[in-house]
Amino acid sequence: MDAPRVTPTIADPKIRRVVFFASDSSATVLPQPQQLPETHPSGNRHVASGSFDPSENPNLATAIEKKEEVPQSSSKPLKAKTTKAERRALQEAQRAAKAASKGEGSKAVTESDRAAPVKSIKQSSEKKGGPSYASGATDKKAGDRPLEKDRKKDAPPPQSQFDDKSRMEKARKRAAVNPTESRNRVELFQHLPQYEHGTKLSNVESKFFNLGLVHPAVLEVGLRYSAGDISGGNARCIAMLRAFQDAIRDYCTPPEKVLVRDLTSKINSYVSFFTECRLLSMSMGNAIRFVKSRIVNLPLSHSEFEAKAALCSDIDRFINEKIILADKVIVRHAFTKVKDGDVLLTYGVSCVVEMILLYAHELGKKFRVVVVDSRPRLEGQALIRRLVAKGMSCTYTHINAVSYIMHEVTRVLLGASAVFSNGTVYSRVGTSCVAMVAHAFRVPVLICCEAYKFHERVLLDSICSNELGDPDAIAKVAGRMDVNYLNNRASEDNLKLLNLMYDATPSDYVSVIVTDYGMLPPTSVPIIIREYQREHLLL
Amino acid sequence: MENQKTSAYYENRAVQFGVVSTEWLAQAQSATVHHSPPPPPPPHDNNNDKPFSVIDEFDKWRKHPDLAEAVAAIRALAAVISSSKATTMMQLEIQLKNASDSLKSWDATSISLTAACDLFMRYVTRTSALEYEDFNSAKSRLLERAEKFGEISFKVRLGYLTLDNRFLFASSMTITDWIRLQARKVIAMLSQDFVFDGCTILVHGFSRVVLQILKLAAQNNKLFRVFCTEGRPDRTGLRLSNEVAKLGVPVKLVIDSAVAYTMDEVDMVFVGADGVVESGGIINMMGTYQIALVAKSMNKPVYVAAESYKFARLYPLDQKDLAPALRPVDFGVPIPSKVEVECSARDYTPPQYLTLLFTDLGVLTPSVVSDELIQLYL
Repeated sequence: MDAPRVTPTIADPKIRRVVFFASDSSATVLPQPQQLPETHPSGNRHVASGSFDPSENPNLATAIEKKEEVPQSSSKPLKAKTTKAERRALQEAQRAAKAASKGEGSKAVTESDRAAPVKSIKQSSEKKGGPSYASGATDKKAGDRPLEKDRKKDAPPPQSQFDDKSRMEKARKRAAVNPTESRNRVELFQHLPQYEHGTKLSNVESKFFNLGLVHPAVLEVGLRYSAGDISGGNARCIAMLRAFQDAIRDYCTPPEKVLVRDLTSKINSYVSFFTECRLLSMSMGNAIRFVKSRIVNLPLSHSEFEAKAALCSDIDRFINEKIILADKVIVRHAFTKVKDGDVLLTYGVSCVVEMILLYAHELGKKFRVVVVDSRPRLEGQALIRRLVAKGMSCTYTHINAVSYIMHEVTRVLLGASAVFSNGTVYSRVGTSCVAMVAHAFRVPVLICCEAYKFHERVLLDSICSNELGDPDAIAKVAGRMDVNYLNNRASEDNLKLLNLMYDATPSDYVSVIVTDYGMLPPTSVPIIIREYQREHLLL
Repeated sequence: MENQKTSAYYENRAVQFGVVSTEWLAQAQSATVHHSPPPPPPPHDNNNDKPFSVIDEFDKWRKHPDLAEAVAAIRALAAVISSSKATTMMQLEIQLKNASDSLKSWDATSISLTAACDLFMRYVTRTSALEYEDFNSAKSRLLERAEKFGEISFKVRLGYLTLDNRFLFASSMTITDWIRLQARKVIAMLSQDFVFDGCTILVHGFSRVVLQILKLAAQNNKLFRVFCTEGRPDRTGLRLSNEVAKLGVPVKLVIDSAVAYTMDEVDMVFVGADGVVESGGIINMMGTYQIALVAKSMNKPVYVAAESYKFARLYPLDQKDLAPALRPVDFGVPIPSKVEVECSARDYTPPQYLTLLFTDLGVLTPSVVSDELIQLYL
């Protein structure tokens, strides 16, 4: 919860003042509160800063005026360029100061002693921390903050979001779900949102009722995302669209607002909620673009009821045409490439690939299936169970053995989370490895992917865009206590655990992409995007 | 269905482009004479008593050595339209569909036949019902189109399929302006920039388009020499070498197994194509893949000359992922009974071994083929 922003609505002036001090001191000048109780037990906090001392001044109003000037005059030479967050904090401090000056100034003086402990609590909750972060890391940080700040000024501004401290600070304040800071970040992947453990539910609950903007259906789907109940690109996308449908059905335009604008902002807030729960997949991004474009293109003549009905049916149509029917078409296409005596290899679980295998089996093709799986998710076990139940002859192996098994394979069928316009296939981590081995063995690699997952971006590696999974999942072996060597080592500084969720397969390794538009070489992805993305946005 | 039968397409090619013979010249002569009278449908219209067979019709046309299989297919389909007693567009469409299906299944190995049938069906379904309310005018319009398909450049047809109004405009132009087999001329013109003085060109098999390219280059007083592969078992290379020699171009015959040996002298490889598939690769006479591999490993460009009606919606993943096209192989001596003979007539060359494709749509990289096909069929 963003404390400074809600100040105008909070009735209690005490809290307001606390907020004012906390945000002012931590963001604009110096982060005193943690330091203070140790170095200056007397409560004369601002001595440490050296520039001004408002608590000594009996008149708060003048102190505030001073403060308003001082940060500008004294900190300007210190930092030539303030970051956005700093400017923002300054502004908020000023606003809060104005509000405080209207209230009783005398109370503030008497409370200034009391303020320190309250503040520290406030701050630690603001930092969102799990105990590990707030107690250990902030203290250390508060100590050498000025130095750090100087260093930050000199350093070039980081490009990506998640290693930018000030931005993260802001994002965290906005967030409905509180991420805990994971300490051992892997160097190349610092820009990605770090995986955070548990405790989300309680956080969401507490935030949710305050914010009151997330529709229950959206909340449910979001929580199931973060719990990992819904996985797989299509399933996630469909769940999201269904949640949107529910939300749209229950939506009514508030007075003095336009449906188009207000609903778009609602959808935006749902989307950011989903993003908090789990990073959106590319396909979901496309589906969201579709929904938004449908909202924007609603005719003005529609009544609210009509508009809602139109949107719901549009979403239905998207699900049917772009996902369900597309899968059926893909199955028909891919089926033509399955011959008697084939050995088909698949990796992990892809619902389309499973449908292809089942379809070919039903039509009496004689083939063998090799399911390659990998730790930690072991999704392939569920697939192999279903295939064996259907009476197919299957081989199950782990990715370590893929180079051994590949020589007997005749086709590799893989699913994809997204396909980019340079033909790069973005899929479950390990796919790239399987495709590379297949390429080396000259085994054709078929990527089965609905065209709505095509994305016009260009992706060159798996670093720029990826998702980090639970690092503990790779450190632990379930049910084997004797091999859990890393059990309590996760917190050690010189150990970094990396559990990537996706990887990028270069188009060289892909023989064909099977889509609802037919079988295409990976070079034709941009054509499909150019020709049909517009149509699919307009449907 | 064709599994054990030999491929009609390749048999026909062997007959037409095998070793040069005087009969061939006579046949060619008669064919050109036969061509000047108006198209076939009218005479066929008269003998309605006999049950019409699209396959007979097609068979009649494909015998002409200068007429591409695709054109023959479209003429046969035109005959279907003209002999049809259908009274609605839907009926006509169904009849056409059946006819094209039977044509396709009659010779599944001929890619250009399949492609031409698909293209024509595409044209019928795309334009007819939308544009004309009157059935008879629609029918005659289709007929007119079909006849012109055989005559004019396929470039016009392909280019205008997507722009129907411009297409109609084109169709109202006088057809006599269009030279027959325009596509090949366009291709030959486009390829001239790639033939430079003093170059050595390796040619595999007999391709009318490649011959046209060499002809035009010779007419333009380019100085080059040609290596012709023998092209076993049809020995189509012998015929090509004869044709090239007639142009006054130095030509050398190379047995098929000497391709790698001669490759260091070669500057570029020219091949035709029986079909251009969606991946951008080509399906061509046996040995093309091998030559492309050798050329690739020696960094020599491989150019493919193919008319755009050979573009087919096929996506072979490997050599065996095609309907087998078999053809008898004559080894000159009896084969021992326990010895198996590989009789396949064609192979698939993946796109990464091809440099450029010369088509009547322009000079394309292999990856553009799929783009063109997408625009045409989707």
